[in-house]
Amino acid sequence: MEKKRFEPGRLKGWLYLLPAILFLGAFMVYPLVDVFVYSFEEGYNSASQTYLGVGWYNYSYVLHDPYFLQAVKNTLILVAVTVPLSTGLALLISVGLSSIGRLKNLFQTIYFLPYVTNTLAVGLVFMILFKKTAYSDGLINFLITSFGGNAVDFIDGPYWAKMLVLCIYTTWVVLPFKILILTSALASVSQEYYNAARVDGTSKLRIFGRITLPMISPMIFYLVITGFIGAFKAYSDVVALFGTNLNAAEMNTIVGYVYDMLYGDSGGYPSYASAAAILLFVIILTITCVNLLVSKKSVPNEAGGM
Amino acid sequence: MEVILENLTKTFPGRGRQRQVVTAVKDVTFRIPDGKLIGLLGPSGCGKSTTLNLISGLIRPTTGSIFFGEDDVTSLPPEHRGIGLVFQNYALYPHLTVKQNILFPLQNLKGKERPSKEEMRKKAFEAARLVQIEDLMDRRPKELSGGQQQRVAIARALVKMPKVLLLDEPLSNLDARLRLQTREEIRRIQRETGITTIFVTHDQEEAMSISDEIVVMHEGVIRQTGRPQEVYDDPASLFVAKFLGSPPINVFEGRIRDGRLLIGEEAVLLAKGVEDQEVTVGIRPEGFVLQEDGPLGCRLNGVEVMGRDISVVSSHPAAQSRTIRSIIASENRVDTASETVRFALLPHKVFLFEKESGNRICCQTERPGE
Repeated sequence: MEKKRFEPGRLKGWLYLLPAILFLGAFMVYPLVDVFVYSFEEGYNSASQTYLGVGWYNYSYVLHDPYFLQAVKNTLILVAVTVPLSTGLALLISVGLSSIGRLKNLFQTIYFLPYVTNTLAVGLVFMILFKKTAYSDGLINFLITSFGGNAVDFIDGPYWAKMLVLCIYTTWVVLPFKILILTSALASVSQEYYNAARVDGTSKLRIFGRITLPMISPMIFYLVITGFIGAFKAYSDVVALFGTNLNAAEMNTIVGYVYDMLYGDSGGYPSYASAAAILLFVIILTITCVNLLVSKKSVPNEAGGM
Repeated sequence: MEVILENLTKTFPGRGRQRQVVTAVKDVTFRIPDGKLIGLLGPSGCGKSTTLNLISGLIRPTTGSIFFGEDDVTSLPPEHRGIGLVFQNYALYPHLTVKQNILFPLQNLKGKERPSKEEMRKKAFEAARLVQIEDLMDRRPKELSGGQQQRVAIARALVKMPKVLLLDEPLSNLDARLRLQTREEIRRIQRETGITTIFVTHDQEEAMSISDEIVVMHEGVIRQTGRPQEVYDDPASLFVAKFLGSPPINVFEGRIRDGRLLIGEEAVLLAKGVEDQEVTVGIRPEGFVLQEDGPLGCRLNGVEVMGRDISVVSSHPAAQSRTIRSIIASENRVDTASETVRFALLPHKVFLFEKESGNRICCQTERPGE
């Protein structure tokens, strides 16, 4: 008698995957598709669930909205400044950390603190440092004036001052994770390479440039890529510093713009929000692809010690 | 370049709760003649790698001094000692090609010492030719076999024409056949360049086969030095006797009574001029001769035919190991049905050691009745 062709193994596999598939499908894939659909529905009304037509109008509106352009500008400045700055600083600090013997753990803890601190608490610290109140001008202004400079309002003042605070803040917040990754990458480079280089009389600078850096370059690229993505998605940090009315403060970001379109004072426009979100997605996708292409060219694919 | 080690001691601070100081190398004094190939030999943890690192300058001795010829190099950093070092795992830079790896040491040179680009290239190719890897110059280390990587590492160490070449377990990462081939290669390269070479190994066969001289270390102390055959034929202690030779030496509990050496109750040899005492007896596998009325009777376990000779596996209650392995010429016939086998012993293959210290007892041994 012939048995019915039945592969219980395969069915079981799908059964095990089912919860994850259901969950991801309902809360990740469906919304993603939905956002894409929304972004093309013109004049969508969320109350009556109706729309007038399908087309590019939402994109056109968003791209001509000065608030969106401001948000794009802010985000790009933030990305361009903080990603190289934080990666470079993290590299410097982790090289320093791995070359000191004593107090290494203490410094590691200090550098790691921002990572485990609540965003809003960190925002408060920055308020104390930078914000002008009725009672004080903030710690930084105190320093500036005591050296004979003029106090600057960093939170409600000129654009460059606000951007400066935001960049410092972002750099400081992302630094610990990068330091953590890079110190472990540095530690995983075999001591034998350094011994070999020492025997050959290699200068410290050359050891760093020709041995250390190429060996940890995959990790550096990983940090740059995730750094780009993270900086493009900046929002909560900006709120912590400048409050929720970001358009008025000229400090909005793309994600902030999306949020405002959905829930802000100007809210209730899911189509515009969707279009902006899709634009952000396209920007991040492009930059990540470029990053990957560059890293494929310049990172030795068999760099050891990873 | 002659290398002289004088009273070299290296201690490492202890770790953990007890913080016992570890002495890796203890009062090592040794002279390595110019242009020779020396094998530093010992079981793992005997201090041989530490000794090599002391010579290289990667670690500093606690006390004692190191001379390269007339120069005291004890406090000189490794880059100024003029050494080439080949690491156990080769330590080739994985992101550089073979050529870039070999060029690396030359590119570190500064000022007047720095050769022109053309000279560098020439030197790199010379080194590559010496180890026969000229056609692999544009490959990355990952694309090479273990043996080829080893050659690249040697070429990199040789390219600056070091005064002393140091090899740390150079063959341990190669498979058995490649090991044989590479060790001859090392011998050839050393002969061609005439560079004083020191290599570390735990494999006695490897050390015996290519060294001009071997240094046997144990627990941080040099136990014996000399030409391989001399050390094999005349071990100074039970440790050295056990460590050298494959198959290993057979060890028995024995006694000296009235000028005779007894194993069990059988007098196997005459031992003249030795006081009566308990002794440890070491007999090389080739020291056994099949003889029907031989003095040493053993229980026969089996016979292994190896072509040129045969290996008789037997056991004896006085032996320290469970089986005794003896090698005899294949012309001999062993009656495998028999339960026992009887041997006579060759006196110069039998060594006596003090029971407590393991030190050699020097005496004249003879076969009884001669």
